[in-house]
Amino acid sequence: MFAWLDLLIQLLVEKVFKISMSTRLGSSIHFFFYDTIKIVILLALMIFAISYIRSYFPPERTKKILEKFGDITGNIMASLLGIVTPFCSCSSVPIFIGFVEAGIPLGVTFSFLITSPIVNEAAFAILLASFGWKIALVYVITGVIVGVIGGILIGSLHLEKEVEEYVYQIQTGEVEIEKMTAKDRAKFAWDNVKDIVKRIWIYLLIGIGIGAIIHGWAPAPVLAKYAGPNNPFAVFVAVVLGIPLYSNALGTIPIAEALINKGVGMGTALAFMMAVTALSAPEMVLLRKVIKPKLIAAFVTITGTAIILVGYLFNAIAHFLV
Amino acid sequence: MVIKILGSGCANCKKLEANAREAVKELGIEATIEKVEDFKDIMAYGVMKTPALVVDEQVKIMGRVPSVEDIKKYLK
Repeated sequence: MFAWLDLLIQLLVEKVFKISMSTRLGSSIHFFFYDTIKIVILLALMIFAISYIRSYFPPERTKKILEKFGDITGNIMASLLGIVTPFCSCSSVPIFIGFVEAGIPLGVTFSFLITSPIVNEAAFAILLASFGWKIALVYVITGVIVGVIGGILIGSLHLEKEVEEYVYQIQTGEVEIEKMTAKDRAKFAWDNVKDIVKRIWIYLLIGIGIGAIIHGWAPAPVLAKYAGPNNPFAVFVAVVLGIPLYSNALGTIPIAEALINKGVGMGTALAFMMAVTALSAPEMVLLRKVIKPKLIAAFVTITGTAIILVGYLFNAIAHFLV
Repeated sequence: MVIKILGSGCANCKKLEANAREAVKELGIEATIEKVEDFKDIMAYGVMKTPALVVDEQVKIMGRVPSVEDIKKYLK
């Protein structure tokens, strides 16, 4: 799909900069320009397309749909709707209250809260740019599975008492979902593109820059030895590192891309990405307003463990996917 | 006319407030603009995704920042 760009940047490096592609500097520069342009194109296209679809599923509508489902089917529905419902950590508290207030079971609510941030348009676009369709799709499917299983487990712990009491007392109003025209939806989607690009471009450039250096200079055998699929601790460390980071850290994916080319396990990189998006420190602080530490701990432990298992699974089967 | 901006002080809420003020000014109408920042009060309107625009206690727009022209339609 991007062979033309690959060629174009090769020409740029060799004819304009007059650096041979076989040198370290040449291959680093190529990586930087090629990745930047490819990611920006895909990011804009994907965010626009996905946001357009998402404009049909405001959380208020998702809530109405979920009210109709009980356990397990509810978990599955919640995770699936998590894909299409726009989410930002700033709305996790209102969504949580709205769901609980509507009588949606705690486990089902968490299925949504786990999958929705993992499967987001920016993560999808960057994965698509860095690793291709198969990996991006597999990421979405696993994001749903982690949400379903995480939600079922959290539900089975019966931690309803660990929700702050006042949450049950809040009265939420009914709201009529506004009718949007195609033009409104296009504007919503385009605003979203601008918003996300504005938020992550600097991290992305830094990520691609570091990725480019790794690409040209990092010693592959060393990395493969310490962070390769055969090191049992790599996934664990990646997930623990990912938890305090916020989703702006998606910019680090080009680093992961470069590392994977050098022998770091695919599962390690995917697990890192999921940990970054699903479990972020700012979101915990926000959620603390509505749930008690015990439930937060259960959420982090269960989701973290599920992500680590996914990492190992991918490291084991990655060679079937690429 | 009472216009309320629902949102917990995020950048988008400020943008919505600015757009609402501009719309009121351009239309030359009498309106007070209030900010609703406490999420309990926001939830009372049934809104789960901020920012939202409420005109005379009716939720008009939620989860996005409308343009000045857009807002004008809801103020007439």
